[in-house]
Amino acid sequence: MTYIVDRRLNSKNKSTVNRQRFLERYRQHIKKAVSEAIDKRSITDIHNGEKISIPAKDIGEPIFHHGQGGKKVRVLPGNKEFVTGDQIKRPEGGGGSGNGKGAGNSGEGMDDFVFNITQEEFLNFMFEDLALPNLVKRHLAGNTEYKLHRAGIANEGTPGKINIVRSLRAANARRIALTGGKRRKLKELEEEEAKLLNASHPDDLLRLSEIQTQIAELRKKIQRVPWLDDFDLKYNLHVKHPVPRSRAVMFCIMDVSGSMDQATKDIAKRFFLLLYLFLQRNYEYTEVVFIRHHTSAKEVDEQEFFYSRETGGTIVSSALKLTDEIISERYPPEQWNIYAAQASDGDNWNDDSTICYKVLSERLMPKLQYFSYIEITAREHQALWTAYEKVLEDFPQTFAMRQLVSASDIFPVFRQLFQKKVA
Amino acid sequence: MARAQNPISTSSEWSFELVQAYDQAIGEIAREFGLDTYPNQIEIISSEQMMDAYASVGMPIGYNHWSYGKQFLNVQQSYNRGQMGLAYEIVINSNPCIAYLMEENTMMMQALVIAHACYGHNSFFKGNYLFRTWTDASSIIDYLVFAKQYISECEEKYGVEAVEAILDSCHAIMNYGVDRYKRPYPISTQEEQLRQKEREEYLQRQINDLWRTIPNDDHDKKQKKKVRFPEEPQENLLYFIEKKAPLLEPWQREIVRIVRKIAQYFYPQRQTQVMNEGWATFWHYHLINTLYDRGLVTDGFMLEFMQSHTSVIYQPSYDSPYYNGINPYTLGFSIYTDLKRICENPTEEDKRWFPEFAGSNWVETLDFAMRNFKDESFILQFLSPKVMRDLKLFCILDDDKNPTIDVTAIHDDEGYRAVREALSAQYNLGNREPNIQIYEVDVRGDRSITLHHQQFNRQPLDEESAQEVLKHIHRLWGFDVHLHSVRDNEVVESFHCPLPKKEDH
Repeated sequence: MTYIVDRRLNSKNKSTVNRQRFLERYRQHIKKAVSEAIDKRSITDIHNGEKISIPAKDIGEPIFHHGQGGKKVRVLPGNKEFVTGDQIKRPEGGGGSGNGKGAGNSGEGMDDFVFNITQEEFLNFMFEDLALPNLVKRHLAGNTEYKLHRAGIANEGTPGKINIVRSLRAANARRIALTGGKRRKLKELEEEEAKLLNASHPDDLLRLSEIQTQIAELRKKIQRVPWLDDFDLKYNLHVKHPVPRSRAVMFCIMDVSGSMDQATKDIAKRFFLLLYLFLQRNYEYTEVVFIRHHTSAKEVDEQEFFYSRETGGTIVSSALKLTDEIISERYPPEQWNIYAAQASDGDNWNDDSTICYKVLSERLMPKLQYFSYIEITAREHQALWTAYEKVLEDFPQTFAMRQLVSASDIFPVFRQLFQKKVA
Repeated sequence: MARAQNPISTSSEWSFELVQAYDQAIGEIAREFGLDTYPNQIEIISSEQMMDAYASVGMPIGYNHWSYGKQFLNVQQSYNRGQMGLAYEIVINSNPCIAYLMEENTMMMQALVIAHACYGHNSFFKGNYLFRTWTDASSIIDYLVFAKQYISECEEKYGVEAVEAILDSCHAIMNYGVDRYKRPYPISTQEEQLRQKEREEYLQRQINDLWRTIPNDDHDKKQKKKVRFPEEPQENLLYFIEKKAPLLEPWQREIVRIVRKIAQYFYPQRQTQVMNEGWATFWHYHLINTLYDRGLVTDGFMLEFMQSHTSVIYQPSYDSPYYNGINPYTLGFSIYTDLKRICENPTEEDKRWFPEFAGSNWVETLDFAMRNFKDESFILQFLSPKVMRDLKLFCILDDDKNPTIDVTAIHDDEGYRAVREALSAQYNLGNREPNIQIYEVDVRGDRSITLHHQQFNRQPLDEESAQEVLKHIHRLWGFDVHLHSVRDNEVVESFHCPLPKKEDH
């Protein structure tokens, strides 16, 4: 008796939970490995998973077993040269011959335990303590959006929401209720009338005309009951439910002017790449707008933002103005959480910096949740930095600026900027 | 040779119809040879699913625990790197007997697995006395479902961490969860569930009794005599903890019980590796060869088969870099095959060594051998001089008191018996694992528990792991734990948890 079952379509990830438990348990080890990996690898290949290795002794499952020493009798296969009574010199190091009793427990060897985590897990560990600032704050401040949900039937409402079936049913019921007694009476009278119709006795005739007036009166009364009355009308009811808003838009602003050399651009690219990955995984409804600028600003797609080449002078305010325009066109602040991040080498036309300050503090900052500025330079700060420092004074909660010197600073600065703030 | 008159298949692609056809043909031959099996349930799975099955140590349904995740990562890692192929099959001792076939296998491989698992292992599960005694094939799946459910309920109620801690500790002493000389009650899920509540309350009451601290006048005097508790040393650590540990909550006791029951289920497998694998290998070899003799498979099929079979029973010699102990497939296969030869064509030597069955009916003799032994006794009974010669077995004595390792016996007339006895002892669980028993509980004092390790051949415990395991026992027991390593009635080494304070000693 044999049954053959095709199980290939069953879920294949039966071990997922156990795997997760393992990762959870060795969280500290893995986090350490991840941050070491970030130091080493270039951020452009951040899309890969990572090989994690944990010292075997840290994850062993101990059991009782024999240690070295004592008397051991062993039977081995493949004898070639020995005869009874031979004496063999002990192998150096006292380890005995390779198959000690401990071999049964995989955790006891001295090799590290090595395994891979996926890209997703890698990023999870990497972004663990980070969150976009102020998202929650804005949410709690009450600027919630609403969504209508059906909530049954109501007696009041607008004509557009009349529920015809329910209204007519109510009217019908009302009519039956109001006219029931009269109809019964009417029926009785009509029967009597039918009997009397052919009668000739004067009393009967008198009675007949009496009945007929009564019938006419009843009919009138019945007719007077309206077919549809105001309070028959039923309306579909919709109620508003608040919807938590995690819709965010992120403006990535980058200087691609001539003063930005390739290395600087590279660092900026990496910073945004990191940012972009971070957004993609943290917020389901996140849009990203890429703005690159030299003397004039331009909205571009992701590909172009990171990879196309362009050069020119530097007017930072052009990008800020464009940002403001895009916000008023497409992202009304009452519906969107707006974030912006800017990367630059600090170069700007001197008189433009004051314009930047004005645009930022007057037009942009009131609409933004958060603005972060990174300056990638090893040189002295210039006018732009000073201008931005003034913005920082005005908006200490929502404005942040940091300086980056080399690629290895990216991640620490990134973490600093987006550290989860303990409420 | 145009022997294959009407082969079942000619290509190496498999299909459900072909699997069925092979199963029928193989099943028929198996019945002719009197193999008594549970019904088979053949499940076709993908390689990912095979990895899952691997990771859960052969349990079709397992409770969640990080160690299985570790196992899984390990398998996945080495599989992806191409360091190892997956086993062709996993078979579960249940009724019906579940065997997994991987979809990547060729038709030949599927047939081999059917012969090996569905008729070889299956008949072994059904026939061998250890399996009959210790496991109940019809209820194991139900029990595992119950266990998984119970443990996940506990996780919800008490938190994953608390449950994990208990499981960790239980796993550490899982090998000490069996009464070797007592027959267990068969496990039945329904009963388990019905009685579980009852048991919880009852147990707790008993424990409270044992640990009662209010002095009881009439008992007080008698106790001066000091009766040791437990009166006899206990080898079943998990059982003792489940029943007597003072501080465990009822649900924790139930988890200890679950681990114990599962340990018990695997107990026969640990003791019949050679017999079980040897039996399955012997029968796949024999069944497929019979298929060939009857013209049901092609020459190409046979070549592929022989190649797989040969690699299964490959035994590297002791000095090879691939040597990893004696291959149980090889040893078992050789013993059974030689047993068949002894029955059919006994030599003078065989008649001297095995007068009882030289020349007897081989099917009956093999059946007898399969049913009534475990590795240790099986080797002692049936390992023939020819097999020892073929495998070139030799015996060494590694005594740390001697400056050299001595060869005490080899595969010659003087050595056969010694080699056989030594090999048999090597498969004795009692020698392989340290013998650890619960010796005493200080019921009236500090409630500490004392374990004794009886040294075998002066072999000490591995200190580091022993210390770790003691921590786990301490977690379960809740009070001090002492472990004395005893050689010739003399304590040679002691372990304590928690570690004693320096000033005291």
